[in-house]
Amino acid sequence: MCKQTVIELTVNNHPGVMSHICGLFARRAYNVEGIACMPVNGGSTSRIWLLVDADERLNQMIKQVDKLEDVLMVERHDGGHAVFTRMAEFVA
Amino acid sequence: MKFSGAEIIIKLLERQDIEIIAGIPGGANLPMYDALSASPIRHILTRHEQGAGFIAQGMARVTGRPAVFFATSGPGATNTLTAIADAKLDSIPIICITGQVPLAMIGTDAFQEVDTYGLSVPITKHNYLVRSVDELLCVIPDAFRIASSGRPGPVVIDVPKDVQTAMLEFDAWPEPGGCGFGPELMAPELAHAARIIDEAQRPILYLGGGVVQSGSSALARAMAEKASIPAALSLMGLGALPVDHPLCLGMLGMHGARHTNLAMERCDLLIAAGVRFDDRATGKVAEFCPDAKIIHLDIDASELDKIKSAHVPVAGDLVDSLAALLELVRPADRSPWLGEVAGLRCEHPVIIPGADDPCSSYGVILKAAELAGEEAIVCTDVGQHQMRTAQVYPFLRPRQWLTSGGLGTMGFGMPAAIGAALAAPERTVLCFSGDGSIMMNIQDLATAAEHHVNVKIILLNNNALGLVRQQQDLFYGKRYFASDYARRVDFLKIAEGFGLPAIDLGCSADPGAALAEALAQSGPCLIHVPVSADDPVYPMVPPGAANSQMIGGKVHV
Ligand SMILES: Cc1ncc(C[n+]2csc(CCOP(=O)(O)OP(=O)(O)O)c2C)c(N)n1
Ligand SMILES: [Mg+2]
Repeated sequence: MCKQTVIELTVNNHPGVMSHICGLFARRAYNVEGIACMPVNGGSTSRIWLLVDADERLNQMIKQVDKLEDVLMVERHDGGHAVFTRMAEFVA
Repeated sequence: MKFSGAEIIIKLLERQDIEIIAGIPGGANLPMYDALSASPIRHILTRHEQGAGFIAQGMARVTGRPAVFFATSGPGATNTLTAIADAKLDSIPIICITGQVPLAMIGTDAFQEVDTYGLSVPITKHNYLVRSVDELLCVIPDAFRIASSGRPGPVVIDVPKDVQTAMLEFDAWPEPGGCGFGPELMAPELAHAARIIDEAQRPILYLGGGVVQSGSSALARAMAEKASIPAALSLMGLGALPVDHPLCLGMLGMHGARHTNLAMERCDLLIAAGVRFDDRATGKVAEFCPDAKIIHLDIDASELDKIKSAHVPVAGDLVDSLAALLELVRPADRSPWLGEVAGLRCEHPVIIPGADDPCSSYGVILKAAELAGEEAIVCTDVGQHQMRTAQVYPFLRPRQWLTSGGLGTMGFGMPAAIGAALAAPERTVLCFSGDGSIMMNIQDLATAAEHHVNVKIILLNNNALGLVRQQQDLFYGKRYFASDYARRVDFLKIAEGFGLPAIDLGCSADPGAALAEALAQSGPCLIHVPVSADDPVYPMVPPGAANSQMIGGKVHV
């Protein structure tokens, strides 16, 4: 199995943002294994966490995400993220 | 002040110095058209929204500034998509403003409702569905900023009808959107790059559309001259260096010259500027410039290390990066390398069959170039005629050459030529087209006639989808299928029907003189040139092969 990693994004919060981000992955046949999203700053921006396989295309994916107009910040957590460890409890 | 959404849109476009908008009205964008009727902006009514999109592209490619076009909801919006996708792949700043059904009806399968926002996500740099009238004050200037900043690209703004009619009271107009600042100069990388250039024995510059777009051709040329580095051009980079410059190697890639592709094989350093290593340029990537280190300069960081990993990737505006590099590199004469390159050119000269015959494909391109002069703009459709024009037209300056490079869209040529002529009315626009391609937007001959644009359509008619037929000839055992037309169309009558003068070089006693006369008239005309369907464009790198595996185009065949 591929090693997984978590990408954390800060984005503008409006109805089209999710389709921009998911579309980037979908049209490259890059599966998003897990996803979580919460509004921050009173709702003007959101935080999105994506759980993805860390294959050789990941750097290119991150650069593509970073280019999106509504993406304000991109961080990568190769050691995983508590969001998904806790979410895992719901499906255990 | 108090204005409707539609009036705000038009006023903001005026404030962006937009002088011409192409498009077609319909139910969902009529408020915008009503506001446009009261504006000094000139409207070009096309016969198809794809034509409007390519007219905008023609204007943007010639001026380097964003151009705008309009379409209504539903079928109007879907008709724009090919022109938008084309702009995305060639990084052309166009802004498409579409009407949409009223907000409350979105998602109800209302009459002429289509998800324009969803459809345009993967083919735009950015897109908007405007949800309230006050958003327009940000969205319109932002669209111009996004379209023209960094790596340019298309933007779609979808505006529901009730947003167009809603009234807004506000105090001041926003500042027009302009080009933002590029990323900071990468000084350590550039210093490293300069050292590698100084040490290289056999460097080559590989210049693409980014050099043209960023306006850094003069810097690229100065760099080539200072360090004696020969330069190959991609299809989109034609014009970045004049073809008659001693260091210009011409076009590389699938239909590039033999000596160019062979020189690339030999280089020990590739300085790639404003290129994206497209597969038609590189051939089999693993064997592209096999012995070379790579310095890759581009404003779009996601292009670096995408196809080929670079030894020195430099993200930044080419104007800044090339200027810095030009200062840093040491002058060099590299006579052994230039001698080797000259030797390759001698051994593998460019062969132009029929160069002296103005009734042949290559001959008419060369004759038209000679007659139209250095000021002409050259536009093409997609096919053999396009590749031949790219191979032999004597391009001398950036933005002289307009072609659909990335998407390869048949139907691009004629409407893009109209746009070019509208943006540069003082120039002659030559449009080399094919009998297949011209049919894809033939309806906009009416638009060309109506506006008396100075577009000379040179139609190379082989009664076939020549470039497809060529692949069947070479790689499918000559099983020609669906690539020949069973009937001949009378293009002279068609042109006449649309109100364009037309001549046939094929039945002219003095075709050179007939061509000269046609080019000397003002306004549009169609010049028909019957050519054979059985002459492949050579040389050709078979799809998937390395660039060294060229077929044809040799002295002795
Ligand atoms: C819209 C579109 N459909 C199909 C193709 C595939 N295609 C590439 S070249 C070509 C033939 C073009 O024929 P024509 O315009 O007559 O040019 P020729 O090659 O004969 O000079 C076709 C069908 C394309 N590039 N664009
Ligand atoms: Mg043809």
